[in-house]
Amino acid sequence: MALDQIVDGLSEVSCDVLVIGGGTAGPMAALKAKLKNPKANVVLLEKANVKRSGAISMGMDGLNNAVIPGYATPEQYTKEITIANDGIVDQKAVYKYAQNCYSIIEELDSFGIRFLKNENGDYAVKKVHHIGTYVLPMPNGETVKKALYRQLRRARILISNRYMATRLLKSTDGRIAGAISVNTRTAEMLVIKAKSVILCMGAAGRLGLPTSGYMFGTYENAANSGDGYSMAYHAGAALANLECYQINPLIKDYNGPACAYVAGPFGAFTANNEGYRFIECDYWSGQMMLEFYNELLSGKGPVFLQLKHLHPDTISEIESTLHKVERPTRGLFQQGRGVDYRSESIEMHISEIGFCSGHSASGVFVDHNARTTVPGLYAAGDMASVPHNYMLGAFTNGSVAGIDAMEFADNHDFAEFDAADVASERDRVMAPTKREDGIPPNQIEYKTRRLVNDYLQPPKVTRKYELGMRRLAEAREDMQERMIARNAHELLRALEVQSIMDCADMAVHASLYREESRWGLYHWRTDFPEKDNENWFCHTLLSKQDGKMTSEKRAVEPYIVPIADEEKDLYDKQRIRATA
Amino acid sequence: MPLASYQTSVPVVVDDAKCIADKGCTVCVDVCPLDVLRISDMTNKAYMAYDECWYCMPCEADCPTGAVTVNIPYLLR
Repeated sequence: MALDQIVDGLSEVSCDVLVIGGGTAGPMAALKAKLKNPKANVVLLEKANVKRSGAISMGMDGLNNAVIPGYATPEQYTKEITIANDGIVDQKAVYKYAQNCYSIIEELDSFGIRFLKNENGDYAVKKVHHIGTYVLPMPNGETVKKALYRQLRRARILISNRYMATRLLKSTDGRIAGAISVNTRTAEMLVIKAKSVILCMGAAGRLGLPTSGYMFGTYENAANSGDGYSMAYHAGAALANLECYQINPLIKDYNGPACAYVAGPFGAFTANNEGYRFIECDYWSGQMMLEFYNELLSGKGPVFLQLKHLHPDTISEIESTLHKVERPTRGLFQQGRGVDYRSESIEMHISEIGFCSGHSASGVFVDHNARTTVPGLYAAGDMASVPHNYMLGAFTNGSVAGIDAMEFADNHDFAEFDAADVASERDRVMAPTKREDGIPPNQIEYKTRRLVNDYLQPPKVTRKYELGMRRLAEAREDMQERMIARNAHELLRALEVQSIMDCADMAVHASLYREESRWGLYHWRTDFPEKDNENWFCHTLLSKQDGKMTSEKRAVEPYIVPIADEEKDLYDKQRIRATA
Repeated sequence: MPLASYQTSVPVVVDDAKCIADKGCTVCVDVCPLDVLRISDMTNKAYMAYDECWYCMPCEADCPTGAVTVNIPYLLR
């Protein structure tokens, strides 16, 4: 039978621990769960193919947040991340990451992933952050996925590729019971009963529309359409600080990193059109992005990443990394435009918005054990709320989630779910295939994401957000009543649009709730331009309560690493000040 | 509403002379994160069926015969 032809089918399987998403956090979570209890069944469900899925599909140039003894301490790292996030951090999870990440580095090393060492055999850690030193290059970073895959096969993890999870199942007492998924090439549905579930589904990276107009030209892997955020929401889990958007400084049009984390330690820097530095530090923070935005508006733009002042051998070394891992087509792109780093700087721009805790702090709320607010449901990686956690955070917190989720599964039996929930989800999923006539998913997605750009991209204006909310509601009605999918592949896109729409609605709701400005450009509200610590020094939690989107405040947990008053605003001092 | 098909030049190009999909190879189709490659019913060779490309490279990197070339999508070239 031809691929993509719709097949009517529904089957059911069960496992002890279900991991959804096989990118970075997911494989590590599955592996750790299985190693904790080798007799248990662990299923790793993936929308694409675990071999090449997720943000590190083509590997990664290095670790951006390695806390290595001798270079940094967990206390220093926790302090830096707290300050970079304007203080809105539950330090326990960050501190636990900082304590555990070195052992994960050693484990990755044992998988065959190498980390740069100097002539003395010590790790060659580089400084990119404002305060501390945490960046560690990976000389064979292109092999990360292969190394992980080998471990998964060795541990006999059950891998199911090309299944997109659409909704979580719960028991009447609120415990997790499993998930519903659909095959992306046949539209057959699969119910997976599980004692615990770990969501590792990546960022909401297809939220804003890239300025090129190409819908899949996103910063994040374009498969990351925010399905995890949407599923967690519909399951009643709380989502934290969604108004703290991800917005990144990227290569204009190519829309990938330039990448200052690679080139910066060699002496490259972000420059304005006059060739001058204007920011103290190239580490991605909302405060840095605000200065980037201001520079573009000041008439001193465009903004560039400048390498041309470096020695040609140094440039060649940087090039060999940039054009080999993470986004290897960077080289092809620059070649097409006739840009040689030796003579010309790289034109940069500000990306579209998204949710991602990998770089900012917008994620499904988790505690230091990667537990969400739903019993038995875990989250890790870009979609979980531990801030600025990058690839190493996905591995480390994925590991934490895997171990705790297996413990949960060992102590609980399967929870019972209502068969009616499966039936109604099947109706929802298949609805676009039942219509004879209507609007294809690509048009609904384009319109939704264009509205996100028009109304939601910071600076956030209340009136614009209110209008955006109305326009999005109209697009949602079209999506729910008129969207068609003529084959299984279109159905995959139709389901993704529904995640994107949910994320757009959550972005509006969370942004309107926090009536202050914080995190630089990420949450700059023109109607409330000041930081208001008296009323808003807190997390915001968004959740579905009685079927309605609701936001509430949650106090920041008392710090375990104290921050002195004079340190609190270090990340606000990004702009280079003129000296007499 | 009636639908029209929309012309688009796709970024992934397959060299039919090198492609061994007709011998049963499906590597590029298997690894694509966006699932946009298919084997043609007419030629039995791989081709890009959906213009939804992240220009990420697994198809080109993993092809056993070097038949696949990833170009930058025209809109952002």
